[in-house]
Amino acid sequence: MTGAVRGRTEGVSLALAAAGVGRLAAGSSQVLPAREQMAFTLGFHIILVPFGVAFTFMMLIANYRGLRRHDQHALRLARRWSQVSGVLFAVGAVSGTVLSFELGLLWPRLMGPFGAAYGLPFAVEGLFFFVEAIFVAIYIYGWDRMRPWSHFWTGVPVVLSGVGGTASVVAANGWMNQPAGITVRDGRVVGVQPLRVFFNDAFWYEALHMLLAAYMVAGFVTAGVYAAGMLRGRRDRLHRLGLLIPLTVAAVTTPVQFFVGDVAAREVFQLEPAKFAAIEALPTTGDHVPEVLGGVLVDGEVRYGIDIPSGASLLSGYSPDTRILGLDAIPADVRPADHLVTTVHLAFDVMVGIGTALLALSFWFAVLWWRRREAPENPWFLRATAVSGVLAVLALESGWVVTEVGRQPWTVVGLLLTRDAAAPGGNLWLFFGATVALYAAVGFGTLFVLRLMRRRWQEAERGGDDAEVDDEVPYGPSRARELDRSPGGGA
Amino acid sequence: MSTVAAVVLFAGVLAYAVLGGADYGAGFWDLTAGGAERGRRPRHLVDESLAPVWEANHVWLIFCLVMLWTAFPPAFAAIMTTLYIPLGLAALGIVARGSGFAFRKVFVRTEQQRVAGAAFAASSVLAPFFLGTVAGGIASGRVPTAGLGDPISSWLNPTSLLGGVLAVLVCAFVAAVFLAAEARRRGEDDLETWFRRRAQVTAVVTGVVALTGIAILRADAPRLFDELLTRGLVLVVGSAACGLAALALLRRAAPRQVQGLAVLAVAAVVAGWGVAQYPYLLGTHVSIGDAAAPTATLWALTAVAAAAVLIVVPSMGLLFVLAQRGRLESS
Ligand code: HDD
Ligand code: HEM
Ligand code: HEM
Repeated sequence: MTGAVRGRTEGVSLALAAAGVGRLAAGSSQVLPAREQMAFTLGFHIILVPFGVAFTFMMLIANYRGLRRHDQHALRLARRWSQVSGVLFAVGAVSGTVLSFELGLLWPRLMGPFGAAYGLPFAVEGLFFFVEAIFVAIYIYGWDRMRPWSHFWTGVPVVLSGVGGTASVVAANGWMNQPAGITVRDGRVVGVQPLRVFFNDAFWYEALHMLLAAYMVAGFVTAGVYAAGMLRGRRDRLHRLGLLIPLTVAAVTTPVQFFVGDVAAREVFQLEPAKFAAIEALPTTGDHVPEVLGGVLVDGEVRYGIDIPSGASLLSGYSPDTRILGLDAIPADVRPADHLVTTVHLAFDVMVGIGTALLALSFWFAVLWWRRREAPENPWFLRATAVSGVLAVLALESGWVVTEVGRQPWTVVGLLLTRDAAAPGGNLWLFFGATVALYAAVGFGTLFVLRLMRRRWQEAERGGDDAEVDDEVPYGPSRARELDRSPGGGA
Repeated sequence: MSTVAAVVLFAGVLAYAVLGGADYGAGFWDLTAGGAERGRRPRHLVDESLAPVWEANHVWLIFCLVMLWTAFPPAFAAIMTTLYIPLGLAALGIVARGSGFAFRKVFVRTEQQRVAGAAFAASSVLAPFFLGTVAGGIASGRVPTAGLGDPISSWLNPTSLLGGVLAVLVCAFVAAVFLAAEARRRGEDDLETWFRRRAQVTAVVTGVVALTGIAILRADAPRLFDELLTRGLVLVVGSAACGLAALALLRRAAPRQVQGLAVLAVAAVVAGWGVAQYPYLLGTHVSIGDAAAPTATLWALTAVAAAAVLIVVPSMGLLFVLAQRGRLESS
């Protein structure tokens, strides 16, 4: 692969000149606002992603169970969840659209020279978006009006395209970390091997890790909502199911995620030594490297951290003799600043710390389930589950900080520096300000709308308003016959 | 090969102009439907008919962006570094629009609905306007090869303003025709008339603006003008003919037939722009070949496009058929 990626930064400036966007006043670059804006909007978008990718899977589980066992509670859950995902999907789609614009508005000097390679995974992603958007709509608006099993099957492409969409976007991100499949000659991208671009060396573990993260986040957040409801005394069957389905998914995913995260760390150790040095906050190359928990890097020295002797060497190479490259191995002109290293290091600790906590929660759940075979009612367990969603989101965000900030100062490692990628002129701070204001309104609106929906459902149940509750059972009594007639119904 | 990629890109632009355009236009009618009480029924129809399809229609925009930056990366960078103001505003408008629409459906109190609805409707007009100005800036050659063109005059100029206004009008026209057909399907005669009238008025206004536009183009973008009246003439005339026929039929015929004519009128005028601009991507200085990515990329994109034809087109057909048969309605 390294053979194909020729030409370092000098080559790239030529490519920029060729693309015609290289003639720039160096001082007017918009790196800082561009980075803030990218981080903010991606950080926003990524919270919604698990709900398009993984929450829909839980919705289908509920739907399946409802149809197979004629379980009206499960069907009611599936229908409510589809309404929730309708709102979140809309916000996810529009915030993703902004990201597409931003790739050009903020990083024209990434897209100009490298779009021919970097853009490809996004083109594949476009396909999955189409499929997802089409079938989400059919599923959400098809309740009641389609045969129950046909309706169920229209949800399946949503889940599959969620997997494909995640893999594609993350392929683009993996390519920034470990660029492959391009030939740069005279500063121009003259050759592209599409498959090598897509299936770059970082693709496999990053995509899998992100996919599992989506399932964890959607699982723990949803379970957390129902756990909170149970703590407030709502322990009906609906709440138990609403807790059990997502929690089971999350608890199954978490140990796998732990394993994949470990693989990711070892791959980064091998292939992205600079990022690994930042993760470990390791100033100097050496062996018997301790694992430092917490701590900040000040003037080339880690302070206030807790050392585990030889821990890092053991974890990365299974032997205390494992040699790990430190920050001193990075040429001074591309060595990340101390505060960036600290950020990456702490973000990694947060992610792993939360991962460990969630793993413990998953085991606890397994034990409780194994003993009683029903939704746990232990208040401490419910409290832990209620906060697990927030923690999972935090782990997701921290993981992205590790990946993105850990790549600095490169946007495309070895080929394009972030400061050379950013928009050369204009005033992006205005755009950033407007975006923050608008996203704040949209974020607030989303939470408000979800609360409104919840209150409406609660009122319907509490008021014993049977008509309305029944209304919500999609394939209600009048449809029971249809249910049995439909292909596969009752089978 | 680069021509194939350009055709694929342009097919995306066409699809977005027709399908996305109808969605934006529905927002236009939402905005102008009057007070809460008077506008309740038209708004309800807009809500119902838009909800299942707008996200899928919206993906065409993503498709266009992705095709542009992968197949013609230097042109994409040049456009983005020049026209960043209208593009940034359009992006934010799209956020306000989608969220406003999704929220409004959940709200029950009138004030809340009003805020969300205003966000949806106002940005439904602003976003196509800004995208239209972008098209005008590109067509009139105001995006330099190297990008970094004038951030203001690249979109505040006669051709751009014409593009913006035409975009809004065309969206409104198509939407009115579609909504009239939808009202008829639901047997709501008075709403059908309501939208028919509006379709007639917008058809006339659009025609007048388009005629004026010819004079504007002649002064502001002479090459585009020449090509439109030579190579693009068939399409321009065809578009006008479809528009007139639609106008005539709007008085009586079933809106379903008018729908086809309206789509043809819009598609023909957009295609006319494409044909007139060929073989250039930006003005008359960057040709399709100049900006094209390496061949392997173009092949990969063609494969993606083929997959889209195989997978996306039937799925989308299914979505529209289900929607037209009233199988997709929130109860
Ligand atoms: C629920 C979320 C979550 C949890 C519990 C974990 N991770 Fe993670 N991690 C992510 C969510 C995440 C992510 C989705 O945010 C990232 C960002 C980029 C990526 O591929 O996944 C990530 C990135 C990421 C990277 C950087 C990969 C790169 O830059 O190429 C490493 C080394 C790890 N993780 C390692 C771990 C380990 C050892 C974990 C053990 C507990 C762990 N992660 C738990
Ligand atoms: C790990 C990162 C990402 C993942 C897993 C991801 C996944 C998704 C998913 C599943 C959706 C569907 C909507 C939803 O469920 O909310 C979506 C929407 C979208 N995303 Fe992302 N995304 C990521 C980052 C990005 C980036 C970096 C971009 C662009 C540069 C982007 C562009 C889009 C676009 C354009 C949409 C709207 C598609 C539509 O209209 O349906 N996403 N994303
Ligand atoms: C979704 C979770 C993600 C988050 C939270 C995130 C976060 C960030 C952050 C913090 C930065 C700024 C780096 C810095 O300030 O040091 C950044 C930059 C960037 N990210 Fe991501 N990122 C995410 C996913 C992605 C994905 C999936 C892609 C592309 C496929 C991507 C593309 C970029 C680009 C192009 C930049 C600008 C160049 C750079 O600073 O390196 N990001 N992102």
